[in-house]
Amino acid sequence: MTPVPTARKIDTGKQRQARIVGGLLIALAVLVLFVFAPDAPGAATFRLSRPTDPWVVPNLVIPAGPFTYAIAALLAFLGVRQFLRGGVRWTSISLGFGLALLVAAFLVWATTGKAFSLTGMLQATVVRAVPIALGGLAGVLSERVAVVNIAIEGMLLAGAFAGALAGSVLGGVGGLFAAVAIGGLFGFILAALVVTYRMDQIIAGVVINLFVLGLTSYVSSQVFQEYRHLNNAPVFRSIKIPLLGDIPVIGPVFFNQNLFVYGAVIMVLVATYYLFYTRTGLRARAVGEHPKAADTLGINVYRVRYINVTLAGMVAGFGGAWFTLGSVGRFDEGMTGGRGYIGLAAMIFGRWHPVGALMAALVFGFADSLQQKLALLQTPIPSEFLAMAPYIATIIVVAGLIGRARAPAADGEAYVKE
Amino acid sequence: MDVELRGITKRFGEVVANADVNLTIRAGEVLGLLGENGAGKSTLMNVLSGLYRPDEGEILIDGKPVAFDGPGDAIRAGIGMVHQHFMLVPVFSVAENVVLGVEPTGKFDFLDLKTARRQVREINQKYGLEVDPDAKIETLPVGVQQRVEIIKVLFRSADVLILDEPTAVLTPQEVLEFFEIVKALRDAGKALVFITHKLNEILEIADRISVIRAGRIVGEGDPKKLNRKELAEMMVGRPVSFDVIKAPYAPGRDILEVKDVTILRDNDEIAVDHVSLSVKSGEIVGIAGVQGNGQSALIEALTGLRRVASGAVLYLGDDITHASVRARHKMGVAHIPEDRHRAGMIADFTVAENMVLDTYYDERFSSGPQINWKAVNARTAEFTHDFDIRTPSVFAQAGHLSGGNQQKLVVARELSRETKLVVAGQPTRGLDVGSIEYIHQRLVEARDTGDGVLIVSSELDEILALSDRILVMFKGRIVAEFDATKGTVDKGAIGLAMAGVAA
Repeated sequence: MTPVPTARKIDTGKQRQARIVGGLLIALAVLVLFVFAPDAPGAATFRLSRPTDPWVVPNLVIPAGPFTYAIAALLAFLGVRQFLRGGVRWTSISLGFGLALLVAAFLVWATTGKAFSLTGMLQATVVRAVPIALGGLAGVLSERVAVVNIAIEGMLLAGAFAGALAGSVLGGVGGLFAAVAIGGLFGFILAALVVTYRMDQIIAGVVINLFVLGLTSYVSSQVFQEYRHLNNAPVFRSIKIPLLGDIPVIGPVFFNQNLFVYGAVIMVLVATYYLFYTRTGLRARAVGEHPKAADTLGINVYRVRYINVTLAGMVAGFGGAWFTLGSVGRFDEGMTGGRGYIGLAAMIFGRWHPVGALMAALVFGFADSLQQKLALLQTPIPSEFLAMAPYIATIIVVAGLIGRARAPAADGEAYVKE
Repeated sequence: MDVELRGITKRFGEVVANADVNLTIRAGEVLGLLGENGAGKSTLMNVLSGLYRPDEGEILIDGKPVAFDGPGDAIRAGIGMVHQHFMLVPVFSVAENVVLGVEPTGKFDFLDLKTARRQVREINQKYGLEVDPDAKIETLPVGVQQRVEIIKVLFRSADVLILDEPTAVLTPQEVLEFFEIVKALRDAGKALVFITHKLNEILEIADRISVIRAGRIVGEGDPKKLNRKELAEMMVGRPVSFDVIKAPYAPGRDILEVKDVTILRDNDEIAVDHVSLSVKSGEIVGIAGVQGNGQSALIEALTGLRRVASGAVLYLGDDITHASVRARHKMGVAHIPEDRHRAGMIADFTVAENMVLDTYYDERFSSGPQINWKAVNARTAEFTHDFDIRTPSVFAQAGHLSGGNQQKLVVARELSRETKLVVAGQPTRGLDVGSIEYIHQRLVEARDTGDGVLIVSSELDEILALSDRILVMFKGRIVAEFDATKGTVDKGAIGLAMAGVAA
C-alpha cells in the first residue's frame, strides 16, 4: 500500500510575472536615478501642521539628493530580488512597495526648493476617496448578489444632480434624502431590468449611465442656466470631532471632515457586518455564489437581488451627493468624471470586500489629490498628464497588483428559475 | 413518516414527463427508483420536493393530502432532497452551508455560527457521519461533500430523503461508505428514495424497487427476487444484452505512443505527470479513474486542444506532439469529446451544419468560399440513416435532439472519416441504454477493423465491458495496468487503484 504523492505545482506563469516585475522595478530605479536625482540639490519641505493648530509639529525637511539616491537603491534591490530564488512570493508586495517609493521620490523631486502641505494633501486624499469608496461599496453590495453594476457611474451622477436640485429647494438634508432616493430608484430599475427581464447586465448598466448623463446634462444646460437658484445648494461643512480632531496630522486628516467622510466609513463598517456577520448577509452571499442552491433552500433569489441592488443604488446616490452637497454646492455636466468606474476598480482591488474597497479607494483618492496638488507646485509636467494619474493608477493596480481575487461565482449571470 | 404519490401527472408544454404515477414511500425502508435518463425520475422527485407543481394528482403524507408551493414547504413537511449536482456554496464552510436558510441567529440578525457548528456536530454523532463543520466545501472530496448534503437535509429534520443519482460522482470505495450511511439512516427510521439507473447498486441497497419508463411506473418488485436482466428489460422495455461481442484480440502495430508526457492545467498545476502509454491497432485501451485525475487533460493534449509541456506523442511513428487539430484530423485521429456541449457540437447549429464541422472545407462540400449545402445535406441524410440518429430533419437544431442522438451525431461525424485512432472521453455519459449499446458497438467495430481505440471513462462497467487493456489514472499518473484479454479483471483491484492505493 503506497500512496501516490500528490501533484506538485509548476509556477511558470508566476515566475514569468516575478521576472517582469523585477525588470520593471529596476527600470524604475534607473528612472529615479537619471530623471529625479540630477536636479535635486536642495531640500523638500513638507508642512505637517498649520501655525494655528493646538499642537504644532515641525516641518519635515528632506534633503532631495540623498533621499532620491536611497530610493533608487531600494528599488534596484527589490528588482534584483525578484530574479533570485523565492522572488515569486514577493511579487505583489514588491510591486506595491516599489510604486509607493516611486511616488515618494516623485513628490520630493517636485517639491525640491519649495514647501508643500503634506497634511493638506492627505486630507484631500480622504475627501476624494469618498465617492470612489461609496461607488466601490455599491459595487460590492450588488456584485455579492451576482449583479454586475456598471450603472454606478450613472447613480453617482443622478445622486449629485438630485442633491443639487433638492438641496437648493429643500436645504442640505432634503438634498441628501433626494440623492439617496434617486440612487435607490435607479438601483431598483437596474434590478428590474436584469433580474426580472434578464437583460444583459453590462448593457443595462450602460443604458442607465447614458440616460442619466443625457438627462442631467440637458437640465443643467437648459434649466439651470435660466433658473440659477435651482442649482445653488448649501454645502455640508466639516465637523471637527473634539480631542481626536486636535491630534497633529491624524486629526485633520480623519477627524475634521464632513458628513460624507464619516458616512462612508460608517456605511463600510455596517456593510461589512451585514455581509459577513448576519443571516441576511449569508443569504445574500449564497445568492451571489450559487443561486440555485439558495433557491432549493427556500431563499427568494429574485427578492434578495432586488433588495441588494436597490441598497447599492442608495449608497451610490449618497456618494453622488458628495459631488454637490459635499464640495461645491453646484451641479455641472458629467461632474462625476468616471469616479463610478474607478469605484468598480476599487471593488475589484478590494476583493469584493467593503473594507478592501475603502482601502483601495484611498489609493485612488491619493492619486486624485496628488494631481490636484502638483498642479499648484508648477512642475514641468503638463497638468493634462497629471490629470491622468488616477486612471493610470487604476490600470496599474487592476492589471498588476491583483493576485487571485475571485469574484462571486455567479457574478453577471441571470438566474432562471425552472 | 409515509408518503404516497397518487396519480401524479406533470407536463412541460407538449411533453408528458410523468403520467399517472403512483408511488409509496415508507419509513425505515429504501425505495429504489430505477429508470433511464429522461425517464422522468428527476421530474417526479422535483414534484415531491416542491420544485415543480404537479398538473394532476396529489401527495399524501401519513394519509393527509398536502400541497407544496415551493421547496420550502416540502422541507417543512419533512421531505429533503440530495441533488445529483450538489447544492453547496463552494466558498462557504460546512456549517454555513448546513444552516443556510434556517440559520440560528442572535440580536441584530447576528449569524450564530457557534450554535451552527454545535448542531452539525450533534448530527454527525447521531448518524455516525464524520465532517469538520469548519472545513470549506471546495477543499473537501466529493464523498464528503455528499455527506454535507445529507447533513443539510437531516438538519432540517427531514424524515424522507430523496437521493438523486447519489453514486454518480463517487469512487467505488466511496460508494461502499455511502451505502453504510444509507443503511444507518434507514435503521434510524428514515424513509429513503434512491434514484439511479445502475442495476447493481439498486439490487444491493433497495428494499423495494419501482421502475419508471417514459414517465410511467412500469414495474415494481422485490430486489431479492429480481435479477439484473429482468430489471434491465423493465427499464428499457426490451431485452438487453450486456455483453459486447468483439473479435478475438489481435493487436497490430503501435498506432499511438505517448512518451513521458507532462501536461499542465490552465492554472499551471500538473494534470498529467510523466505518463507513457501506447495504443495498438486492433485494441481498445481503457483509462479508468475518478474524474479530475488528469484524464481530460490527456485527451485534450492527444487531440491537439492542449499544449504538451514535455515529452512526445507519436502517431504511426511520426511526432505529432505539436501538430494542429486539423492536421491530426487529416491523419485519421477521431475525437469523441467528453463534453459534447463544450467541445463536440454546436447546439444552436443544425444537424447538417454540425455534421460537417470538421470537413466543411473539403472539396466535396465547398468550392472556394462557398459551401455546397446540397452535398452537405445529402451526406448528412445518409449519416443520420447509417448511424440511426433520430432527428425530424437534417435542418433540426442539434440542441433539440435527445442526448443519445446528439452523441450519435458526434460519433457519426468522427467515425465517418478515415480513422486509424479513436480517442473517446466519457462516450456514453448520461445516455439511455439503447444509445449506449449502439455507441459501444461502433467503438468495437472501429477496433475490429484495425483502429486503435483509447477510451476514458469514469464508469468502471463501461471500461470493463470494452477494454482489452485497462490503465488506471490517479493524480496525473498511470498507477496500474490490467490485462483484460485473459479472463475477467478484479473490479476491487481497479477500485483500489482508482482511490490511489497501489496494489
